[in-house]
Amino acid sequence: MRLQKASRYALYAATELARHPERQMSAAEIAAIYSISLNHLAKILRELGRAGLVEAVRGVGGGYRLIANPKRTSLYDIIVLFEEPAGEVSNSGLEGAQTPVGKSLIAVTTEIDLIAEATLRSISLATLLRDADVA
Amino acid sequence: MNVNITGMDSMVQTDGTAGNAETPVMIRPATTADISDVQRLDERNTGLGKPAFWADAFRRYGQSGEGEFLVAEQDGRFAGYIVGEVRAWEFGSPPSGWIFAFGVEPEYRLAKIATRLFEAICDRFRARGVEQARSMVATDDHLNLAFLRAQGMRGGPFLQLEMNLNPKPGGEA
Repeated sequence: MRLQKASRYALYAATELARHPERQMSAAEIAAIYSISLNHLAKILRELGRAGLVEAVRGVGGGYRLIANPKRTSLYDIIVLFEEPAGEVSNSGLEGAQTPVGKSLIAVTTEIDLIAEATLRSISLATLLRDADVA
Repeated sequence: MNVNITGMDSMVQTDGTAGNAETPVMIRPATTADISDVQRLDERNTGLGKPAFWADAFRRYGQSGEGEFLVAEQDGRFAGYIVGEVRAWEFGSPPSGWIFAFGVEPEYRLAKIATRLFEAICDRFRARGVEQARSMVATDDHLNLAFLRAQGMRGGPFLQLEMNLNPKPGGEA
């Protein structure tokens, strides 16, 4: 499984904000930590803001802060904002999907998707952050 | 033995009245007197009463000394339980500690009772010389999955497989 760039940037940002609940962080600060595009990250942060996960604080010393509870926000909650959730990907409309082999292939990919979704739903930002800090 | 995890340390996900994290929690081996509490809590969590199963589980994992059947007490009252045992070479797996079931009384949740039970059974597994703890959770049981992840558990090298022994004629493969 490979996460799309937007999902990765969103997870980087949300986890970094969860690491520093006592202060705001600028998009530039987060972009520098991960060596990623500031422009792209700024768009991601706006999307996270629209989803009610982060809050922008304007003015001197401003930046972003996580307003979601990191113990209750799963990786899935964030990824689903930027890409089609694995478990909901439908291959049934694709060519050959209604053939016996096509149906068997869909059963295989659905099995994989269910495991991926369960994994992403089971890991909170807090757990990811803890794992990163002990790695 | 096929037991679903039946409760969780809802500090992970659940709102509600907090248990008292400051009050000492005592973890001890279960006694015969605890089994009715365990059975009642499991029935409340799962909606299924299994008195014969719990009586047997206590004999196999508690009284026999071959497994671990632990109970948490806070303020002298039953607060939760956890059950497991060391199994060796099933599925080709080296000896490892399996956690079959645990549960926490709703009024004691948010007090890290399940975390204490989990840590206690892992300590006992270590004392029995094993280096891995394992459990199995339904893929849609996100709360218990999140709890076990938060304790440090990860996806392991085994994949659970199953098949329907009585497929419907003409049904999907």
